[in-house]
Amino acid sequence: MSFNNPLEGIEEKFEMIQILDENGKIVNEDAMPDLSDEDLVELMRRMVYTRVLDQRSIALNRQGRLGFYAPTAGQEASQLGSHFAMEKEDFLLPAYRDVPQLIFHGLPLYQAFLFSRGHFHGNQMPEDMNALSPQIIIGAQITQAAGVALGFKRKGKANIALTYTGDGGASQGDFYEGMNFAGAYQAPAVFVVQNNQFAISVPVEKQSAAKTVAQKAAAVGIPGYLVDGMDVLAVYAVVKQARERAVNGEGPTLIETMTYRYGPHTMAGDDPTRYRTDDMDDEWEKKDPLVRFRKYLEGKGLWSEEKENEVIETAKEEIKAAIKKADQQEKQKVTDLISITYEELPSNLQEQMEEYKEKESK
Amino acid sequence: MAQMTMIQAITNALQTELKNDENVLVFGEDVGQNGGVFRATEGLQEEFGEERVFDTPLAESGIIGLAVGMSTQGLRPVPEIQFFGFVYEAMDAVSGQAARMRYRSGGRWHAPITIRSPFGGGVHTPELHADSLEGLMAQQPGLKVVIPSNPYDAKGLLIQSIRDNDPVIFLEHMKLYRSFREEVPEEEYTVELGKANVKREGSDITFVTYGAMVHSALKAADELKEEGIEAEVIDLRTVAPIDIDTIIESVKKTNRAVVIQEAQKQAGVAANIVTEIQERAILHLEAPVLRVAAPDTVYPFSEAEEVWLPNHKDIVEKAKQSINF
Repeated sequence: MSFNNPLEGIEEKFEMIQILDENGKIVNEDAMPDLSDEDLVELMRRMVYTRVLDQRSIALNRQGRLGFYAPTAGQEASQLGSHFAMEKEDFLLPAYRDVPQLIFHGLPLYQAFLFSRGHFHGNQMPEDMNALSPQIIIGAQITQAAGVALGFKRKGKANIALTYTGDGGASQGDFYEGMNFAGAYQAPAVFVVQNNQFAISVPVEKQSAAKTVAQKAAAVGIPGYLVDGMDVLAVYAVVKQARERAVNGEGPTLIETMTYRYGPHTMAGDDPTRYRTDDMDDEWEKKDPLVRFRKYLEGKGLWSEEKENEVIETAKEEIKAAIKKADQQEKQKVTDLISITYEELPSNLQEQMEEYKEKESK
Repeated sequence: MAQMTMIQAITNALQTELKNDENVLVFGEDVGQNGGVFRATEGLQEEFGEERVFDTPLAESGIIGLAVGMSTQGLRPVPEIQFFGFVYEAMDAVSGQAARMRYRSGGRWHAPITIRSPFGGGVHTPELHADSLEGLMAQQPGLKVVIPSNPYDAKGLLIQSIRDNDPVIFLEHMKLYRSFREEVPEEEYTVELGKANVKREGSDITFVTYGAMVHSALKAADELKEEGIEAEVIDLRTVAPIDIDTIIESVKKTNRAVVIQEAQKQAGVAANIVTEIQERAILHLEAPVLRVAAPDTVYPFSEAEEVWLPNHKDIVEKAKQSINF
């Protein structure tokens, strides 16, 4: 007696969705999202801005002017294309590399720098901004996203919770639990897995016997999509569709974006030459999200070198001003930490507050 | 006023807050139609509907993560961890996430979550059901840890916990669920968190304890009375924060203290209280502050538990050791 293997042919169900190829040509006209010329230019502006921010952040980190920093170059289409599908009132639950999305969701740049330095003001999202600060524990944000989404559903709001993790995060139990809860409650959540091929140094092939992360959606009964994460149009289109499904009460979606980080895992001593080859880097750089989208926009007469230089200069100026503002922020004090531990100070912290007020006054 | 067991008082408190605040939600494994494995949520889904009282998939980390996310939407989740030993599955969601919402967001978000859970020994449960893990919780900044010893307190403390704007771990000792009834008002009332209760006044020695051990301490005090020793018994009611003032006031009067916990001895709540007493009142002490606690092993399968668990005889013995020092 033998049985059919249900995994047979499963890869065909999770083929990678691409709209714009490496040469900047539209290869999937039918899937083309409904974006105005202004939107297309804005997407490019955001990607260029983020590439500059990454370069400057790395430099500032090396100068000792920034703290924790996880480089973003290579992942711009995946990060910003997905975020572009969000509405202002939607709730963003980022992982630690997803600072660009926070900035475009409303976090002032100087606060992003303060987050890097470990100043709690960097985590204080503005009152009109629905987001948590970058999650450090891999996967913890995924169960929370299910909760935010169920909250929206209970309150009757037409909004989504969108959360990010990586290929490593897809191995966590919380990844399954979060998707499973959202599926069970048909809550309006979108789970984006940015598969940048490595969890620090461990290649994605070693994470799982599953050939794609996207197919893990099948285990919880929700749709999963595999998208070219270097193609900003494809990422946007798939996330936008997932958002629409979610607000229409059709439940959550998992989206895997195939991408690559050019830099190290973080600036805290990771050396990618220990786990990847130059050839691999070169292969992925050929797929660069900015290069192909630039070609596409130039072909439509929407982008130029002049325009790009303008964005680069503006970014540099804004970064300079933001760092200056971050430098002017009053240093974080232990008494500040004490005051944000509970709504009302319990007796032990009341005593410690007095003790540290005294220390800090010296 | 009605006579209620502790489990009835807990159900009554949940019902009270579900009625008072439409943002209060009760959820967990089997809490819906089944009414919870101890019937703590009996009838609540029927009364308030599936949107307010609902079953979850079987995943503790998911349950608490869900609560954290929901709390950002103005909701006031009251999740249940079916037995507190299962909290190990949710340690990050509790200590790494819920407890830190206020800190991590610079006060922008907070997590008004009350995690209810049965725990405690002496009722012959399987492994990882009975463990006293309050010390683990009490060590985490951002959490409050409440442990009632009787039906009246259980209702007032649970209502107060649900109304609190920070996460509260509300631990219900299984042995107390149906062991006795007492008068509990039908109407709403609260018992302040962080405020101990002097259950019995005495002038010779202070017993500091909480949960089921309050009853062992009272029994020990009765025995000691026959020998002319008057013990004061303090029921902490919350182990984070701890009502140090009430403890110190008592020790200054009696000059002796024994701190009693059902949990293992090492790094526990009792150790912290002993330290606080010696830091604040050492010149008032006539003897070292002693502890009654369980041995530093895992909680045993039920066969050995009667020996493993601290009892009133251990308390009497330590009290005499202090008196005769």
